[in-house]
Amino acid sequence: MGRAAKSASKREKDKARWGRQYKAQPVRMNMLQHPHSADVVRDRPGKESDEAAPRLTLSGISKSFPGVRALHDVALSLHPGRVTALIGENGAGKSTLVKIMTGIYQPDAGEIAIDGQRIELPNAHAAFEHGITAIHQETVLFDDLTVAENIFLGHAPRTRLGLIDWRTMRANAREVLETMRAGHIDADARLRDLGIANKHLVAVARAMSIDAQIVIMDEPTAALSAKEIEELFLLIEFLKEAGKAILFISHKFDEIYRIADRYTVFRDGEMVGEGRLANTSEGEIVKAMVGRSVDHIFPERTPRIGAPLLSVSGLSHPTEFDDISFELRRGEILGFYGLVGAGRSEVMQAIAGMTRTSGGAMTLDGETLAPKSAASAIASGIVYVPEERGTQGVVIGLPIFQNVSLPSLSRTSKNGVLRLAEEFALARTYTERLDLRAASLSQDVGTLSGGNQQKVVIAKWLATRPRVIILDEPTKGIDIGSKAAVHGFMAELVAEGLSVIMVSSELPEILGMSDRIVVMREGRMVDILENKDLDAETLVRAAAGIVA
Amino acid sequence: MKSLAKHREAWLAGAIVLLVLLVALRFPAFARPDNLLAVFNDYSILIILALGQMAVILTRSIDLSMASNLAFTGMVVAMTNAAFPGVPVPFLILEAMVIGVALGAFNGALVWKLGIPPIVVTLGTLTVFRGATFVISGGAWVNADAMSPAFISLQRAVFLGLPVLTWFAIIAIAVFFVVMTRTSFGRSIYAAGVNPTASVYAGIDVGRTKFIAFCISGMVAGLCGYLWVSRYVIASTEVANGYELQIVAACVIGGVSIAGGVGSVGGAVLGALFLGVIGSALPVINISPFWQLAISGAAIILAVVLNARGEKNKGRIILKKVATA
Amino acid sequence: MTTFERHIPDRLDTPLRSALLSWEMLLVLVAVAIFIVNSLASPYFLNAWSISDLTFNFAEKGLIALAMALLIIAGEIDLSVAAIIALASTAMGMAMQAGLDTPGLVAVGLAVGLACGAFNGLLVTRLGLPSIVVTIGTMSLFRGIAYIVLGDEAFRGYPASFAYFGQGYVWWVVSFEVVLFAVMALVFWFLLHRTIFGRTVFAIGNNPVAAAFSGVRVERVKFILFCLTGLMAGVASVLLTSRLGSTRPSIAQGYELEVITMVVLGGVSILGGSGSITGVVLAAIIMGLVTFGLGLLNVPGIVMSIVIGLLLITVIALPILWRRVREARV
Repeated sequence: MGRAAKSASKREKDKARWGRQYKAQPVRMNMLQHPHSADVVRDRPGKESDEAAPRLTLSGISKSFPGVRALHDVALSLHPGRVTALIGENGAGKSTLVKIMTGIYQPDAGEIAIDGQRIELPNAHAAFEHGITAIHQETVLFDDLTVAENIFLGHAPRTRLGLIDWRTMRANAREVLETMRAGHIDADARLRDLGIANKHLVAVARAMSIDAQIVIMDEPTAALSAKEIEELFLLIEFLKEAGKAILFISHKFDEIYRIADRYTVFRDGEMVGEGRLANTSEGEIVKAMVGRSVDHIFPERTPRIGAPLLSVSGLSHPTEFDDISFELRRGEILGFYGLVGAGRSEVMQAIAGMTRTSGGAMTLDGETLAPKSAASAIASGIVYVPEERGTQGVVIGLPIFQNVSLPSLSRTSKNGVLRLAEEFALARTYTERLDLRAASLSQDVGTLSGGNQQKVVIAKWLATRPRVIILDEPTKGIDIGSKAAVHGFMAELVAEGLSVIMVSSELPEILGMSDRIVVMREGRMVDILENKDLDAETLVRAAAGIVA
Repeated sequence: MKSLAKHREAWLAGAIVLLVLLVALRFPAFARPDNLLAVFNDYSILIILALGQMAVILTRSIDLSMASNLAFTGMVVAMTNAAFPGVPVPFLILEAMVIGVALGAFNGALVWKLGIPPIVVTLGTLTVFRGATFVISGGAWVNADAMSPAFISLQRAVFLGLPVLTWFAIIAIAVFFVVMTRTSFGRSIYAAGVNPTASVYAGIDVGRTKFIAFCISGMVAGLCGYLWVSRYVIASTEVANGYELQIVAACVIGGVSIAGGVGSVGGAVLGALFLGVIGSALPVINISPFWQLAISGAAIILAVVLNARGEKNKGRIILKKVATA
Repeated sequence: MTTFERHIPDRLDTPLRSALLSWEMLLVLVAVAIFIVNSLASPYFLNAWSISDLTFNFAEKGLIALAMALLIIAGEIDLSVAAIIALASTAMGMAMQAGLDTPGLVAVGLAVGLACGAFNGLLVTRLGLPSIVVTIGTMSLFRGIAYIVLGDEAFRGYPASFAYFGQGYVWWVVSFEVVLFAVMALVFWFLLHRTIFGRTVFAIGNNPVAAAFSGVRVERVKFILFCLTGLMAGVASVLLTSRLGSTRPSIAQGYELEVITMVVLGGVSILGGSGSITGVVLAAIIMGLVTFGLGLLNVPGIVMSIVIGLLLITVIALPILWRRVREARV
């Protein structure tokens, strides 16, 4: 009873503290209504006269899995020569829709039509034959096959005997790549040896080679540099000119406004808005996405910054980073900004003992720090909350409480013997503090949503009672509600005197949360900036190496 | 290290040539073409089996039941021959392949339809098939007296200067080469092993591909069932006991990755020949044949060590290389 | 009561309920069923000495299965255990010829087992090789060395006191082998289910990367598991050599498959991450009962292997089919 009462009073306190900032506005009614009702955010009719008839239309699509309603009566139309952005939080049903469009899942109800003709997509091959192709982040290509084969797998040119004609296949591959101005890619190279940007080019070449009329791009920019994203956009323009109907899925609004013509918004498996981007503001779309206002998502705080705690000087690695020096002070949030692949995560993993360095020194609270493993870093009070939640963060298959206690087992046990009661107590303390939503602590962590899994991961690290906590992209791919919880919590931690390093590629997050910001580019530090009157442009320029 | 993976076949061929030359230094007769052809003939069965195993391993599976399948089919064929000596041998070969496919299909169906890990399925059928051999034969042997002359002599017949057994291997190599490199099914085997998720998007039914791969390994094992019993002129429950590991060893030495998707017909053949050259050279250089097992074990370990070294992750390359002028 | 609305309970189902619905319960039922069938089928079965004899059928393999269970839960496998028995037995034979007495022989057997396990462990953890291939290789290598030493000969003439491990009785019908198996089962149960080490084994089997990020020394744990498995193979080698009184290079041929069958039958996922020692012990008993029962009925060993092979496939297929049927109804 005591514990429950305490945590209840703590929640009251939290509510008092954050309630002001969240402004949990009542949901605007029109957002919740049936998608086909007149109130749905939709631009005025008549404006579409300049649009050609849709190439692909989905209507009334529903799909349920045991216990989950993934899609309910959604509609989507893709027009030739137009890019439609599909927008929605994680779990809104975007990936289910992609799987239905590519024949992986069968809808429980609804119709799919191409050029007005109703079609069935019983399997992936049928989608392929109907000219629907998907370009995913990394999952749809074959690392150990050649570029030519990746382009032509499943529709390779044949000789008269019906055998694969490798010579023609290579020639055709070169031709396709050249028409896309990607002639620099060797058709005989193994895909494994290509960078991600070039892999995307190969995926697009594949779409071209099957003469796909409908191209689905599922977060294609996730792992690309700014320059590569620009190249990808040129390619999308090229596909538009070729009259392809394109579905573009991205979380990044700047990209959506840069490349897309139309948008469709999903929320909780329903379509809650669609229209032309030119007529719609970012704010309207965000509102549709979350069903509430998202003003003041970052907690206001008065930093109480103390003496330096962690100091890093000249930290170097043979291939990943060079000469990294900074100081982290007590009660500080130090942001690390840079483009994806700038070497930030690598620096953090070295600090947390995961990788060997080739030079440099670190001190923690005046004492030399040279962690040989994650275990020794944890022991000295430095923890790293990794970016890849699924592969590096949670141990799916183990229950929540065992996930939380994993790095703290020596504390909850006696002479190496487990004590379950202590583990449950530890897990409860930290998960409740993070407002975890779960049925029980013995539930497999894999059954939780992404946001709740992230809470378990953070709880796991807090339970080690660290002095420095390194958060790598802490809100990547989690819903806005969980995001706010994580941000609020970070503020709470530093208020208690903990020091936080936050690696983030999201400008609003880095600007909204950090006290100071380290900017990295290509494995080196570019600058350390005080986060006062700092604008996004300065940061982006520094990270991209653009001289003003 | 990348070049090693790329030119694995060349390296392996080089190692085999070197082995032959080393033995030939002391015993020149070993390198004579007729002796080398004899070695090839002796290991034709292993070559054929390794090709079937390769198809399965490429799809991220493994077939540990091949040797038991071989023993069972060999027994059925030998008993058919003993009971009906008039049945023509080509029909018996067909019988062997059909039975082999059926046993392979049983493995494949369990993997495809029930999603049981291949290693578990074939560990089970390894004992089941061999036990079944005992049951149908009642533990008895079928030996030379019971076999018809045609049954025994077919594979020994010489055609265009080579024994028919060798021709079986050559044809198998050719067929596998064409299927694996020039047909869409062959390529789908690779695709399914390299990236099962992507294969689904490319319209490949991964489970079905695995099923067919098991049918192929079963068919090959069945064919070798006939070849084995007619070559060694005996069919018994003990035939090819433990041979499944030799088959896997040939593949591993030949660079077929146990993780799937990587491997070639040339590699599997060379892997089998490597074991063949060692096995044939031992008696020549007067080393007890009891050494063979340990040597092939050491060869497997060496092969995986060499395979793995190229793939070890040494960290990402983020820093721009400083020009070394 | 409103203060409890956000309170997350430790668990939802009761331990008793989950125990009743567990794999282990199914194994108990199977074991009882086979026991009854055995008693009905053979008049010689229900007899203290018969039941004591049957323990020899599973104790040696069961000892290895205990360690193998941990290894498989951690996502690795060791196919070389039978070959380790052969090599350790050969080493003991050589030590005997060199004049060592019983304590020395046992030490040699255990040391060779441990060394073989460490060799596997080094190859897997230091060089990052897949354990299935490594141990296929060492399986040939270890047994190959035994063949090089022995050829078609055999070691005989172990000291009389050495016979105790495989033939002796602690009390009445209770053999040394079965006592050792029971003690080791308790030790391994405690190790896997009640210690930090055991928990890290589960964590590694479910997600080795996340475990490493959480400060688990993944490579070290795996290395220890390979050593343990080798050591238990060494123990089994002492027992088997003592029971047979001789060493041939073909000793324990095919044991690896029976050991793995035991582990999988015991409910350990071949993909790693889950399993229990209770299940493995029950599976060992079931396999002992089946083999012994069939033996009483004069069924040849090779036919028993069919039963064991089918058992392996069926116990894995049944739950999958059962789930299919249930899902089809929903």
